[in-house]
Amino acid sequence: MADSFMAQWVYTDTVKDHFINPRNLWKEGEAFEADGVGEVGSLACGDQMRVGIKVKDGRISDLRWLTYGCASAIASTSMMSEMAKGMTLEEAYHLTPSMITDALGGLPEHKFHCSVLGDKALRAAIDDYLEKNGLDNPYKGSTAKIICECKGVTDQMIEELVKTGKVSTFEELQNETGASTACGKCRDRILEELNECLHIYGK
Amino acid sequence: MDRRYVYLDNNGTTRMADEVRAFIHENESLYGNASSMHTLGRQAAAGIEWARSEIAKLIDGDPSSVYFTSGATESNNTVLSIFRDRIDSGDSRKKIVISTVEHPATIETAKYLAGKGYIIDYCPVDGIGRLDLETLKRIVTDETALVSVMTGNNESGTIQPVKEAAAIAHSHGAYFHTDATQAIGKIPVSVKDIGADYLSLSGHKFYGPKGVGVLYARKGAPLSPFIHGGHQEHGMRAGTYNNQAVYGIGKAAELARLNLTEEHDKLWQMREALRKGIEERIPDVVVNGSNDENLCLPGTLNMSFPSAEGESILLYLDLEGIEVSTGSACATGSLEPSYVLLAAGLDVELAHGSIRFSFGRYNTMEDVDYVLEKLPPIIEKVRSMSTRKV
Repeated sequence: MADSFMAQWVYTDTVKDHFINPRNLWKEGEAFEADGVGEVGSLACGDQMRVGIKVKDGRISDLRWLTYGCASAIASTSMMSEMAKGMTLEEAYHLTPSMITDALGGLPEHKFHCSVLGDKALRAAIDDYLEKNGLDNPYKGSTAKIICECKGVTDQMIEELVKTGKVSTFEELQNETGASTACGKCRDRILEELNECLHIYGK
Repeated sequence: MDRRYVYLDNNGTTRMADEVRAFIHENESLYGNASSMHTLGRQAAAGIEWARSEIAKLIDGDPSSVYFTSGATESNNTVLSIFRDRIDSGDSRKKIVISTVEHPATIETAKYLAGKGYIIDYCPVDGIGRLDLETLKRIVTDETALVSVMTGNNESGTIQPVKEAAAIAHSHGAYFHTDATQAIGKIPVSVKDIGADYLSLSGHKFYGPKGVGVLYARKGAPLSPFIHGGHQEHGMRAGTYNNQAVYGIGKAAELARLNLTEEHDKLWQMREALRKGIEERIPDVVVNGSNDENLCLPGTLNMSFPSAEGESILLYLDLEGIEVSTGSACATGSLEPSYVLLAAGLDVELAHGSIRFSFGRYNTMEDVDYVLEKLPPIIEKVRSMSTRKV
């Protein structure tokens, strides 16, 4: 082949490293007794993640994951697993997609929403752990961002409604929450959030 | 086996044939504007006319019906533009029928027209992605202006019943276009046998240069320019000729015609060796399309690997030097996987996990062996990471 031009890899070198050598993978037959398990996404959407955590003294002492998805989905879950280990539950609960993406050295924009689900799977695992142990969940709602200011609708409210199957269209969301029924300024952001949640939990 | 570079994306594009490269090189000095009256111009034009006759021989058509374009995308756009013009001029036939598995060059152009208010009807396909002729018979009416069905599909490799589709179109007085881009050089394509009024093809799919293609338009079929601004191609396609590219596609057409049978058989052998080898070595795999030699383009093998996602497979194969393509949404930059596979009724998850291996002239059986060595552990690895166990 001619060598005037060098091909860049599709993603950053950090993504490549995690893609080739995924960390904390939940190997088949491995004796890993999770204290909490969370799963988000669907095979139909092309991305699905399962995260299992062990909790010791209020911290994530160990963690395993599985991912059905593209290279950036695999790498972002792997990176998340390294970041979350040793965190307090509160810190882990507030891990964001941007923190994971930054640690990976960035991802193409169209990959950001669909493939970085590890933080959500981790939160679901923490929810599961707290519920199983009959503990209060002081974090739920603490990461919510208001999208519709007029009606006080947050991203987590939308996520919850889609997750539980109560809402699958913009109109249903409006009926349920009143989102974007007053000034309407938030319409695009509501739609964006709704579509993202439908991608993760829908179908 | 030692590390190899195995290019299995020949439906995406092909490497220019050595003979084509040499031929272009030999004729590099012909830089004259083929529209000029002087000697250099006339010599350049003679080369263009030679290439035109080679294309005509390849598709069994008349040289005067061959128009050079920048590629099949432009040719497909031109055909739809011709009928848009006719509808705009008040023609009573206002409907355009296309299949649901056409190349984006047709399907996206048709959607664009639909957005402008033109009437587009879509004819569905069956489980192997083959046109449903019974539905086509119902959809095509005396109001249909044009029916467009590709000769062979780029993703599944499925060969379409274009002769039958053309007959249905003609029985209602509609014109018939076929995008033969993927079929050229792989199976015999005759505009006379098909009964095609229009045909599109691209040079780079059969070892010719990129950026050059052909629109065949039967004498008497409606024509109007898509690109204006010059008298080239009888005023039907403006723009100074890219001499070397046209010579190149002419040479590629000559080679394709001379080697067709031999090439078909060699491609099919490699395709079947890979398919059988994969089925023997990897549990739970699905072939998308047909394994019937008469219904599938010889070099195309599209398979899904349940529980393994396509982009991951593609990139692990790439790390081993094996180049393929995938119908996964991740590769399209959208959230939806291949519309071609979905149109054939494939499960969404399987479409996300589809890999297309497409063989070409420069592949060998050693390439097949190399893929059969590298692929099984990759599928095993991707499946072991997946949320669902096989």
